[in-house]
Amino acid sequence: MSKAILYDSTLCIGCKACEGACAERWGLPYNDQIAAEEHISAHKLTAIETHGDKFCRRLCMNCVQPACVSVCPVGALQKTALGPVTYDADKCMGCRYCMQACPFQVPSYEWSARLPKMRKCNMCYERQSAGKQTACAEACPVGATVNGDRDDLIREAKRRVAEKPDQYYDKIYGIEEVGGTSVLYLSAVPFAQIGLRTNVPHEPLPETTWRVLELVPDVVSTGTVLLGGIYWITNRRAEVARKEGRR
Amino acid sequence: MIRKLPKITVWRAIFAAIMASGLYATYLRIFYGLGGSTNLSDKFPWGLWIAFDVMCGVGLAAGGFTLVAMVHIFNIEKYRPILRPAILTAFLGYSLVVVGLLYDLGRPDRLWHPLVMWNPHSVMFEVAWCVTLYSTVLFLEFLPVVLEKFGLHKPLNWIHKISVPLMILGVLLSTLHQSSLGTLFLIVPEKLYPLWYTPILPLLFYVSAIAVGLAMTIFESWHSSRAFGRALELPLLMSMARVLAVVMSVYLWIRFLDLSHRHVFGLLSQNRIETWLFGLEIVLMVVPTVLLYQQKIRSSPGRLYGCAVMVVFGFIANRLNVGTTGLEAGSGTHYIPRWSEVAITLSIVAAGFLIFRLVAQYFPIFEAHSAEIAPAEVEETEAESIEVA
Repeated sequence: MSKAILYDSTLCIGCKACEGACAERWGLPYNDQIAAEEHISAHKLTAIETHGDKFCRRLCMNCVQPACVSVCPVGALQKTALGPVTYDADKCMGCRYCMQACPFQVPSYEWSARLPKMRKCNMCYERQSAGKQTACAEACPVGATVNGDRDDLIREAKRRVAEKPDQYYDKIYGIEEVGGTSVLYLSAVPFAQIGLRTNVPHEPLPETTWRVLELVPDVVSTGTVLLGGIYWITNRRAEVARKEGRR
Repeated sequence: MIRKLPKITVWRAIFAAIMASGLYATYLRIFYGLGGSTNLSDKFPWGLWIAFDVMCGVGLAAGGFTLVAMVHIFNIEKYRPILRPAILTAFLGYSLVVVGLLYDLGRPDRLWHPLVMWNPHSVMFEVAWCVTLYSTVLFLEFLPVVLEKFGLHKPLNWIHKISVPLMILGVLLSTLHQSSLGTLFLIVPEKLYPLWYTPILPLLFYVSAIAVGLAMTIFESWHSSRAFGRALELPLLMSMARVLAVVMSVYLWIRFLDLSHRHVFGLLSQNRIETWLFGLEIVLMVVPTVLLYQQKIRSSPGRLYGCAVMVVFGFIANRLNVGTTGLEAGSGTHYIPRWSEVAITLSIVAAGFLIFRLVAQYFPIFEAHSAEIAPAEVEETEAESIEVA
């Protein structure tokens, strides 16, 4: 069963307890100055954004079919069966294709480090593997962030929308976006108004490149036959011409 | 004895200034990281070094595989005199792409990782393998020049024996990675501006690489004829210009069909930076294509050179648009390269020119064909050039 996070923007009070818990879990510094930064970065893997009187929490979506995993040339990024997308810094060579490919612009880079790494939330893979809640879900005082099985959370989200249709925008963000994400959003207003990208395709992004990549064996085999054949024909012609010329 | 100092000319002064700034930028890159030497950010992770040094570098070196295919596989012997310079350009080009990558990668010490840690689903993985293998092929294709110079005939014979499969492999690898540079951007449908994002990006990248490979061959023939006081192989370049015009026409026609099938011509009415950059790119490609169809233009070395330069700049504009400017709006940010990014790019280009010149001066790059061609053929070529003159 794949794990997920449900973030309910209508319940969030913007206390940023999730940010503090996340920083602690990664061993990153956290103070008032960092708390004031409203965007994720290499030293802040989750952030609460303010949109008028609404809040929106940003973190890695841990997509069901992640673009970053498919593009990584060294396989440093992996989609685990548990749900989290993990990162192996020892493999990473810093091409930053994951950052370019991510439709949510989540991966961050340690730009000023001499031996930089990519940084992103991995949905507390270690904690969840040990049967514990993610640090953010555990820290949330109002249950705006909950952690559980993806299917259960989708059911729970649908129940909330059905029970209080006047308080919710009638959609769940993360079911269809890029073929599904492991972070699901509920909101009182259309998602674009709380800063979520609504122009992302509904098909899984790895498909876009795989459609071409899977042609490679065909191109190689057809190309070999074609080029070899052309070589054989043209050079045979030249050979004949040379011989006839000599006669 | 007093050694004469090298003469200071304008070009040498410019070269020295570029290299000095590149050296300082290199210092910044090493000691202050990507953050201290580039304007890249989390929202804009790829800049000039990927879009120019890698994407343009690989494309501009495409003359190598185009000419190898024409001479060795299609057996069009008359292009043989310009085969070696094209292979040299390609070999140099790929070497410089690797240098560019060493600057751009966050961990250049791990450049070799994709060869050991596989992810066959990654386009980057495929490009890494193709570029590595193709650089090896280019090295072997260029090796005879070095062996000839030092009169090593035994290894020369070995290379001759494997040359046909080697050439075919080279063309295949080029086909794969030239197109794959376009495939890289298929993963960003929501970021790349619709004038450039199309599922056929790989095809467009491939065809334009063939075109720019031909244009670069004309470009370097012109420059080397001036630098070394050689006669320009005009009849040969003229017939190549015809091929270039046809390839460009095919490219532009596919481009037009693609835009019309995706119904994005409406975007051209918007007064946005993307519209103007797209216009610039298309003009730089359409103008030389139309001009090259005219005998008058093709037979004038200066005009022919001008057309080749336009094609090269059109190509560069296209790659920069796909790799940087076309992604700005979709990434919600602006990117202007920092001076140090430009300095390193210019240094790499300048180093390319210098190394080409030195190699061409000391190795049998241009004179080789005169020994290979049979007297009858030489007469034929001469007759042709007289006819044209």
